[in-house]
Amino acid sequence: MAGWLVRRLVQAGFVMLAMSAIVFVGLHAIGNPVDILISPDADQAERARAIAALGLDKPLWEQYFFFLRGAVQGDLGRSFVFNEPALKLILGRMPATLELAVTAVIMSVLVGLPLGLFAGLYPNSIAGRTVMAGSIMGFSLPGFWVGLMLIMVFAVTLGWLPSSGRGTTAELFGVQWSFLTRDGLRHLLMPALNLSLFNISLVLRLARAGVRETMPLDYIRFARAKGLSPRRVVFVHVLRNILIPVVTVVGLELGSTIAFSVVTESVFAWPGMGKLIIDSINVLDRPVIVAYLMIVVALFVTINLVVDLLYTVLDPRVRLGGRA
Amino acid sequence: MEQSPARRVLSDFAANKVALAALVVIAVIVLLALAASLIAPQNPYDLAQLDIMDGRLPPGSASADGLTFWLGTDDQGRDMLSGILYGLRISLAVGAGSAIVAGIIGTALGLSAAYAGGRIEAAIMRLVDLQLSFPAILVALMILAFLGKGVVNVMLALVIVEWASYARTARSAALSERAREYIEAAECLALPRWRVVFRHLLPNCLPPLIVIGTIQVARAIALEATLSFLGLGVPITEPSLGLLIANGYQYMLSGKYWISFYPGIALLVTIMAINLVGDQLRDVLNPRLQR
Repeated sequence: MAGWLVRRLVQAGFVMLAMSAIVFVGLHAIGNPVDILISPDADQAERARAIAALGLDKPLWEQYFFFLRGAVQGDLGRSFVFNEPALKLILGRMPATLELAVTAVIMSVLVGLPLGLFAGLYPNSIAGRTVMAGSIMGFSLPGFWVGLMLIMVFAVTLGWLPSSGRGTTAELFGVQWSFLTRDGLRHLLMPALNLSLFNISLVLRLARAGVRETMPLDYIRFARAKGLSPRRVVFVHVLRNILIPVVTVVGLELGSTIAFSVVTESVFAWPGMGKLIIDSINVLDRPVIVAYLMIVVALFVTINLVVDLLYTVLDPRVRLGGRA
Repeated sequence: MEQSPARRVLSDFAANKVALAALVVIAVIVLLALAASLIAPQNPYDLAQLDIMDGRLPPGSASADGLTFWLGTDDQGRDMLSGILYGLRISLAVGAGSAIVAGIIGTALGLSAAYAGGRIEAAIMRLVDLQLSFPAILVALMILAFLGKGVVNVMLALVIVEWASYARTARSAALSERAREYIEAAECLALPRWRVVFRHLLPNCLPPLIVIGTIQVARAIALEATLSFLGLGVPITEPSLGLLIANGYQYMLSGKYWISFYPGIALLVTIMAINLVGDQLRDVLNPRLQR
């Protein structure tokens, strides 16, 4: 286990290194990094000073070393627009994004799992078929357009829910959260639903397929033959076994959900890191772009690692190290 | 009666009426997109035909010169129906084009990996794993943040996002085919390597690749629309459906729904039809499900 973990950590480190190299090369591929990293408003003396400070007069490999050293020390440049360290700016927006993504993932399980169980237990009923047809919609609907339609219906026409922003927030652990206030929850509901739509379909289909696969197996027949109530068979014997793929996929999807929150945040003007990166790209606030990419890569490497770990904990058949 | 494989696939496919209808819908959409310049009531790029006074008219209103805007107009006084027909063209071209290029690159790499084995295989598959561990939207965002917007850049981003799924599918299909006798026979004939891979191995790996390819076209169209909506995709001079939807966003809050609504419906119908056809192809082409 320890050996596996070390190997996995080293691997993760290499991925980080490779991605940082790609981001670094990307920076150089699009033009002179002097124009990218130094504010266009800077005067000549300031430019010269910045070039020396950033080591841009050094050979390329040395520059990459500078860049890496900065990244390790948490220094990824200053935003031109906010005149704040890019890292601090992004980390400040992170709770909003995490709040949205986690709410969306929870919603997808709460909605998708029961629907999937139902569709799996009654595959030929009209309701079961309707649920499945709905899940195709969930996969095909472009998320941003659904967001617009939600705003159209619930904010503009019906006026039930607010169309943008986080609403009133309350502090917990020194961070502002929307889910702690009534107004914040009202603001959270629509973006979270929008973001979870794809995952609802995914969880639903997984659960349905799992139920259909599990129901004819011997141990389910045996559980029935023992005279267990159908309720107990479904919720203990079936559910526990379909939870493995569902948890894995939901865990993996947390990453994509954070990535896709870029879209939802733009639609609902939710002030998270996704909205920040789009705004930054539009005004060419490049230090923020670079910092965002590095942070997101780190986030993904971590998520992948945690999901691998969770998987082995949940499913004893997957024994670490692959002694197959 | 013994049927040829192609006929069997066709008749199996047609057994599902929904999938058949979806295929017809795709054909109609492609025709509409191709014939956009002939059938559209207006050329949305020709500024001389636009009248700013016609701006943001609701569906069904008529312009001063007698043209009826069945789906309303956008803020420039552009007929939405015409805009959608021209937009479909760009969405389909970008989606299908990038899926095909990605398919060629991914398949070639996947087949080479399976056939060559060893270090080459390990290197290619590592790259595939790495690529697939990052969500598509993020990779595309990363590329476009550096390259800037533009049709070619979007296609490039989509190709980079998509090749890995083809490579993985091609490799797994090729691995099971590689052990068969006909490959051994071809190798015994001392045929050149490329010939064994592309004339013998490839045709037998095609079915799963076709399924993946169909789904990838839908994904590419959706992703392009999303990127364009975010302002990172196609430029305003070549508006795809996603960009049309983005244009309507700001008028949404004042109840002018049609600028975003109708292009979205066109997008939804296109993506859904392709997904339905893909689903059915998967069932028909999967040998394990054959009776």
